[in-house]
Amino acid sequence: MKRIALLGMPNTGKSTLFNRMTGGAARVGNWPGITVELLSGRILLGSDMVEIIDLPGIYDLHGFSDDEQVVRHFLHDNVPDLALVILNATQIERQMSLLLQLKQLNMNIVVLLNMADEAKKYGITIDSRKMTELLDMPIFLLSGKYGTGYQEALQAITKALRYPTPGMAEQLRSQLEQDEHIESEMARVLKHSVQVPAQLPENLTDKLDRVMLHPWLGLPIFFGIMYLLFQAIFLLGQPLQGWVSGALGWLRETALDPALAGAPAWLSGLLLDGAYNGVATVAAFVPIIILFFLFMAMVEDSGYLSRAAFLMDALMAKMGLDGRGFVMLLMGFGCNVPALMGTRVMRSRSLRLLTMLVIPFSLCSARLQVFVFITAALFSPSAAPVVLFSLYLFSFAAAIVTALLFRKNFQNNEPFVLELPPYRFPTVRQMLLRGWLEVKHFLRRATQFIVAGVILVWLLTHLPASAVPASADTLAGMIGSALHPIFAPIGINEQLTIALIFGFVAKEIVIGSLAVIYGMSGDALGTTLGQQLDWVQAYSFMLFTLIYTPCLSAIATLRSEAKNMGYTLFVLSWSLLLAWGVSFAFYQGARALGY
Amino acid sequence: MPSITLAHLHPGDTATIVAIHAEEALHQRLLALGFRSGKQIELIRKASFSGPVQVRVGTTDVLLRRNEAAKITVCKI
Repeated sequence: MKRIALLGMPNTGKSTLFNRMTGGAARVGNWPGITVELLSGRILLGSDMVEIIDLPGIYDLHGFSDDEQVVRHFLHDNVPDLALVILNATQIERQMSLLLQLKQLNMNIVVLLNMADEAKKYGITIDSRKMTELLDMPIFLLSGKYGTGYQEALQAITKALRYPTPGMAEQLRSQLEQDEHIESEMARVLKHSVQVPAQLPENLTDKLDRVMLHPWLGLPIFFGIMYLLFQAIFLLGQPLQGWVSGALGWLRETALDPALAGAPAWLSGLLLDGAYNGVATVAAFVPIIILFFLFMAMVEDSGYLSRAAFLMDALMAKMGLDGRGFVMLLMGFGCNVPALMGTRVMRSRSLRLLTMLVIPFSLCSARLQVFVFITAALFSPSAAPVVLFSLYLFSFAAAIVTALLFRKNFQNNEPFVLELPPYRFPTVRQMLLRGWLEVKHFLRRATQFIVAGVILVWLLTHLPASAVPASADTLAGMIGSALHPIFAPIGINEQLTIALIFGFVAKEIVIGSLAVIYGMSGDALGTTLGQQLDWVQAYSFMLFTLIYTPCLSAIATLRSEAKNMGYTLFVLSWSLLLAWGVSFAFYQGARALGY
Repeated sequence: MPSITLAHLHPGDTATIVAIHAEEALHQRLLALGFRSGKQIELIRKASFSGPVQVRVGTTDVLLRRNEAAKITVCKI
């Protein structure tokens, strides 16, 4: 199969184009260096199947970051049949250096000048025919966002693939050290084919930034926006959650209960009270998760995250981190795994390790489900959003305290240099695609972990067969009472202990396993929890859930990114210790105050 | 006119890059972002609490810390 590699600098719309070509699979984000894994997709071009690989955005073929090494190694080991080089048309005057570096490798190249719509707005005119002539390779203007120019480009790609690859020089490195030649070549091509206005006209981005990056107002605006977003998710999501959970309950009563009426009690118990109740309770959160990721996609794609890095860098520097670390914490609100992988853009290993140490405290969307459920069950509708917001503050506090405590062990002097992209507003298509990807992701997790997890919980709470379900004589009861001395001082009972053990695998299972342990789902479970726990116990449980450990996937990512088992164990044990300490201080403190 | 560093500029100032005194890795990243001697550079804003500065080189906006900015000598226009 022929292979096309997508190459370009960060933030040129490479992933958007990749999604357009393959119909979706890569994450899209307006943040330099977001493509952290090699994504590939297969499409039919002309009459052949072709594999397209989305390489990480790089500034330079001989740069020093992990991403740049990845690309170098990839090109060295898998010479593509065609390199599709994507350049940001608005920044053509500097991005051409990468193109000329690639040209020296003597590869089969097609060039796409993306964001032609933006360049036009800036008053930049590019004569692509003249440029094609000067560089002797096919060059096309297009807008990946709106799709203009896309068909012509596809035809050119199909045509270019018919010719064999000229074969790439063996010694990549030696070929690459001819920068001086590149400089003069760049000047020659640009002079004849590009016109850039001396002073960029003041645009929307400049106007917005004057407010968003205001010396005093910038930070309050940032926190205001975050607070409003989370309020909106909560207010819009809860009715939806109610409907889904109602529908799933109705399905059980009208269809599943009668269908399994003849089955043995243990089987219907396992399937309905175990698997179905567990999964249904978790599934009710899908609307909130979709909403959450739609908002996240908007914030990420808008370019606002780089602004957050600008605003927060001074404070992050005091913790031994930098503005990018803050952005990773924010991305961790969605899922810790891509945030951990996003640290690859950092060159200093100590800075990377310190950042990866704090990311797991980021309150991810899976933990959000647990908190939404418990706050709704234990707190009044007016108090619940405030309680939820307080957990976000605790999430930041845990990260800050950890960074302050350990920054001496991870000292670094990594320079902080970051591109600031203009504001962009994602199209509806991009947002819907993102929402759909998250649903797929959830369904995959559901089939992998959640079903197995809740069935295991059901077995633990129902075996041995002689014991009363969920009583102290079952396996779960025994585990719970064995761990009681550890969890009693922080107000966590045996049932919640079992849920926490399974929460180690994935936080979605926490609520699912509570449903199984109590033999109820949805509102009934909430009511029971409300009767059995008081708010101090519930809050202590939430604090522990927030801090103790991310899920198994996050730990696996941590290990593979750090390539160090000792460090991974350290992250795990520190978070367990901190979780217990914080819950203990909160629980005992609140009790001492008479709550 | 005496050379000063990028960190000395005030918001709204425009200058010409004279030289970049950075270690190899940073130097290369700055080159790729369009920083070259002789190019025009504009300081857009400075973050509060001695945070990073935002500069514009050509059509690219870049954030960098003040101690990185101090490694770039410029000549104010």
